[in-house]
Amino acid sequence: MRKLLLWVPLMVFALFAGVLLRGLIAPESGTISSKMVGKAVPDFTLPAAIASHPGLSSADLKSGKPVLLNIFASWCLPCATEAPILLELEKQGVEIHAIAIRDKPEDVVAFLRQHGDPYARIGSDVSSQVQISLGSSGVPESFVIDGKGIVRMQHLGDIRAEDVPKILAALKAAE
Amino acid sequence: MIAEIGLGLLWLAAGLAVLQSVLGGLALKLTHRPDLGGAIKPVAIAQGVLATCAFVVLVYLFMISDMSVKLVADNSHSEKPWLYKFSGSWGNHEGSMLLWVTILALSGGGIALLERRVRRDTLIATLMAQGLIALGFYAFLLFSSNPFARLNPAPSDGNGLNPLLQDPGLALHPPTLYLGYVGMSVAFSFAVGALLTKDVGPAFARAMRPWVLGAWVFLTLGITAGSYWAYYELGWGGWWFWDPVENASLMPWLAATALLHSVTVLATRDALRAWTIMLAVVAFSMSMIGTFLVRSGILTSVHAFAVDPQRGTFILALLLIYIGAALTLFALRVGTVREGATFEPVSREAALVLNNLFLTVILGVVLIGTLYPIVAQAMGQQISIGPPYFNPAAGSVALLLVVAMAAGPLMRWRRDGAGALMRRMALPLALGAVVMGLVRLMAPEISILSWLGLSAAALAAAGSLAPLWGRNLRRTPLFTWGMVVSHLGVAVALAGMATDTAFMKERLVAVSEGEAADVGPYSVRLVMVAPVIGPNWTALEATMEAQRGTSRPFTLKPQARNYSNPPTDTSEAAISTRWDGQLYAVLGKQNADGSWQLRLWWKPWVTLIWLGGGLIALGGVLSLLGRLWRERRGLGEATHA
Repeated sequence: MRKLLLWVPLMVFALFAGVLLRGLIAPESGTISSKMVGKAVPDFTLPAAIASHPGLSSADLKSGKPVLLNIFASWCLPCATEAPILLELEKQGVEIHAIAIRDKPEDVVAFLRQHGDPYARIGSDVSSQVQISLGSSGVPESFVIDGKGIVRMQHLGDIRAEDVPKILAALKAAE
Repeated sequence: MIAEIGLGLLWLAAGLAVLQSVLGGLALKLTHRPDLGGAIKPVAIAQGVLATCAFVVLVYLFMISDMSVKLVADNSHSEKPWLYKFSGSWGNHEGSMLLWVTILALSGGGIALLERRVRRDTLIATLMAQGLIALGFYAFLLFSSNPFARLNPAPSDGNGLNPLLQDPGLALHPPTLYLGYVGMSVAFSFAVGALLTKDVGPAFARAMRPWVLGAWVFLTLGITAGSYWAYYELGWGGWWFWDPVENASLMPWLAATALLHSVTVLATRDALRAWTIMLAVVAFSMSMIGTFLVRSGILTSVHAFAVDPQRGTFILALLLIYIGAALTLFALRVGTVREGATFEPVSREAALVLNNLFLTVILGVVLIGTLYPIVAQAMGQQISIGPPYFNPAAGSVALLLVVAMAAGPLMRWRRDGAGALMRRMALPLALGAVVMGLVRLMAPEISILSWLGLSAAALAAAGSLAPLWGRNLRRTPLFTWGMVVSHLGVAVALAGMATDTAFMKERLVAVSEGEAADVGPYSVRLVMVAPVIGPNWTALEATMEAQRGTSRPFTLKPQARNYSNPPTDTSEAAISTRWDGQLYAVLGKQNADGSWQLRLWWKPWVTLIWLGGGLIALGGVLSLLGRLWRERRGLGEATHA
């Protein structure tokens, strides 16, 4: 028994080496599949982030029409770089709702004035509670949500020009 | 021509490593041929000299900016300040591996030249193991990372160096860590040698201890410096990010700390034989795994500047061969190692076993956290693991460890009474309890971990000084001072971490020139933002005036730098050290209305973290000097150590 025990370190090491080898030869994967895909958005109700736009609740994401839910913040630099892309998407008829994370109304107003305003509704999530329940860990992130409130796609980071076809396709598929 | 000389030297050194391994193996088999064993020492010394020459050649090529050498062209630039040309020679994959093997070969030569404590056959077996390890790294250099490869045609100038790495810290940080890693390889070679010749005992432990101590000092310095580098250079205001590369340097340190304590038990009391061998193997594995994680790019990180799966495979193969062989040898041979001396459950040995246990658990926590993303990826998930896992998991065990650390030195070897221990611990325990109560009353809002951390720091500070109580300080041995200083350093660093975590103030503000913002006790006024020019960069520099209450204001000058070649933006934080903490300012972008985004932190007592790290290393140095001094005078082992 004691003899067998002495081989345990070697076996643990072999297992460990196997994991490393696997990680080394596994192809790099650029897409991140979200746990949220295929699930309904959790119930939430957020107050309006600024006076000019209504707030956002989970009911607004079940209107029968697929929407893009954009999680952003005025203090977030990549959010500013993705703003023109969002404007472009809005021009193509995409309905975009937003959740502003840990933000102040005057900052959001200034952000929208400077970078444009593609949003129909903006909810204010001052404590990141809704963001976390959506499975989002940073800003910006975007979700494609179908008419019944089911998440169809989660995009991490800023949306770039090359991501637009993918997002449009997901919106189309969600109809 | 010079580069070819360097390559030739490297091949010669590799050839000597082969000779060293073969000679060692033959000498161990053919015991009637003592001349074989006699030849191994000069070979080891010559190998050290040749590897050093090869490294000097590489440094020379960098200093003269020989752009026909691919490594120089890729990583240097003729306009770069000379210090960065110099440090650039190891600020890249090939150069750093050459430095690794150079230090390895030098320590092999050092053992051959200086080591007299262990049995002759154990020394030969140790040098054989050293030769084999060096051989693996020579092969790695020569077959997949040749630092002397030429470029034809040669470019007119080089591609610069990652500006993030253009910092005096870089000149020291990697070599320091490598000295630590390589020291671990020497401990590993000793362990393998002792296993081969069945010579696991106090003499072997005493031969291994200075290498472990030295390596541990360098690892401590490397981690402390690395933490400070990340703190001021990355401009995120944090001092530890649980980044895979930080973890890669922390894991060998944890194993080395455990080994350092168990080797002392073995040297002093002849106990924990098999465990010490195991730890020596683990500590070297962690160094290799550290090298592997950084060099393979298997985990993405700011540090992994040479991402190449082929190289990763090579290092992994070396890891498999060395560690696999060592563990097999362990399984086959450790049964023949006689059980050492025994001890009671309440004794210095038992406290050191507890210390080893806690350190091993922390090591396990960090290892799992670092590698779990790879496992998850193998199962088709992408995740990353951060402070929410590491802080509570590693932190809670670390607190227990700190308490054990305070108690250990107050216990007697072999057997002690629980009552007597409690009497000796009374003052530290009381101090810990007082701080616990005070912090609870004065700052009830801070997290449990910070609260317990502050209390444990007070307890440990008092406990670490307690061994000096009632001693004649002038006659206290140097290595006892070393222990006291190191343990005090742990308490000091812990106090800094807990205070910074609990009371740090952060502000993100947009201010125009002339306006002010408050952070912690300070009011910071943005005076102006103006362009400045450096040797190979231009920058926007903000001038800020910080003032606490009505005291005299001082100036902060954070920069947003733009390096011209290659074009890269970096942020240079301005850090002002006050007696009770640091004010940390970062200049961000300009808003459309002309105001500037500033990030301000007030970090009370944060400097204690690095001061503590320095004390820990200083204690190691004192201990090392004390041991060497005592051995020189031939006093042997003191049982009251």
